[in-house]
Amino acid sequence: MGILDKAFLKSLWVFHLATGSCNNCDIEFLDCLTPRHDIERFGMLLVGSIKHADVLLVTGAVNRQCIPRIKRLYEQMPKPRLVVAIGECALSRGVFMHSYNCPLPLDHVIPVDVYIPGCPPRPEAIISGIMQLIEKRKGQPDEAKA
Amino acid sequence: MIYILYLFFFGFLLTAVIGLFGSWIDRKLTARLQYRVGPPLLQPLFDILKLLKKETLVPFGASKATFLAAPMIGLVSVMVVSTVLWVNNVDSQNTFMGDLIVVVYFLLVPSISIIMGGFASGNPLASLGASRELKLILSYELPFILAVLVAVIHADFSLRLGDILATQAKNGVIAVSWSGGLALLITMICMQGKLALVPFDTPEAETEIAHGVLIEYSGPLLAVYRLMKNMLFFALPFFIIIIYLGGLRGHGLHLLYGALEYVGIVALITVIRNTNPRLRIDQVLRFFWGPMTVLAIIAVLLALGNY
Ligand code: SF4
Repeated sequence: MGILDKAFLKSLWVFHLATGSCNNCDIEFLDCLTPRHDIERFGMLLVGSIKHADVLLVTGAVNRQCIPRIKRLYEQMPKPRLVVAIGECALSRGVFMHSYNCPLPLDHVIPVDVYIPGCPPRPEAIISGIMQLIEKRKGQPDEAKA
Repeated sequence: MIYILYLFFFGFLLTAVIGLFGSWIDRKLTARLQYRVGPPLLQPLFDILKLLKKETLVPFGASKATFLAAPMIGLVSVMVVSTVLWVNNVDSQNTFMGDLIVVVYFLLVPSISIIMGGFASGNPLASLGASRELKLILSYELPFILAVLVAVIHADFSLRLGDILATQAKNGVIAVSWSGGLALLITMICMQGKLALVPFDTPEAETEIAHGVLIEYSGPLLAVYRLMKNMLFFALPFFIIIIYLGGLRGHGLHLLYGALEYVGIVALITVIRNTNPRLRIDQVLRFFWGPMTVLAIIAVLLALGNY
């Protein structure tokens, strides 16, 4: 893999999207930015604009209001892009499985690259999930990364 | 031929390398101030390389040509500034009359290019940021030019950077005189505004207007903007070192001394930006046109009285 792809994996900028979570997952993700966990060690930064982002972090059960907005946000992200689903809600809708308002799990709406289970997952689990994604991407050929 | 060498080697390559290193110092020191570990040494370079590979999105409704041209204008102007500064620093007799004016003028262009880009992107938040940037320029430019005037007065009203350097080589650096010290302080604070860092980062306020002017930029265009900012992170301290601290000299102990000066200025910028809250734009205007301008006028009067 080329130097530019290596640089991509060393400088992932994350954009945080809450699609109707109970806020616990969001707080656990924010923990990753604190001095104890500090994801800037791996070159990750939290950005405020989706156009700057490389990774979309999604928390929460995807509700009807959010589905078109997630799609739009995903389309606005410049390629190459990654999606990380955080928490049981984003993975499988968790306790909202039978809710009238959550028709689809996240990976039926947009492609998901890594799933981080837990309700909420610990910050260590989130970091380890993203690092595993990086390890996996290192081995892949370039074409598979669009 | 020699000028092309200066433009690419000194103006672009050397400035970019030192600027990237400076912005690493800035990020690492920020992290250490917050008890974090911070990014690795090559992180600013990786950020730019990564952005080169990403897709460029031009928003619907943006004026395309301006949107694409704005970052280039900013980058080229920083290159010109740093070339002029390096030429003066290396060979201070080989320059032209009025290059100080050229430098001050071109130091303004990066901000103008950011404003152009912000307005051209057709995003309401970007327009808001651009209009704030415009007001920011209006506020800091007055004390900045007054402070630069102090160095001009010290060099017997010469507008050549070479003469300012020669005066300092003869009579000692300007910063140790009363007026020079005051002017140095004012320029440092104006530089914080020129770099749009806290407390004057109102145009880019992440928490209110989500990166403001740069919100719609992605991929290589954002990389150019980041490179421009990183190069400015060297060009502005270098300008200060030249006009108040006698320039960088490239041999022996002087090299170490120059490096310490640069790192010291960067560390000061970082500490200021980590220990201050963000000001509102009207507070910024009042701050620069009030106390800063008064101080700058005092500095000019002191310089006229040979202090
Ligand atoms: S997974 Fe659990 S903690 Fe996370 S949003 Fe859902 S209910 Fe809340």
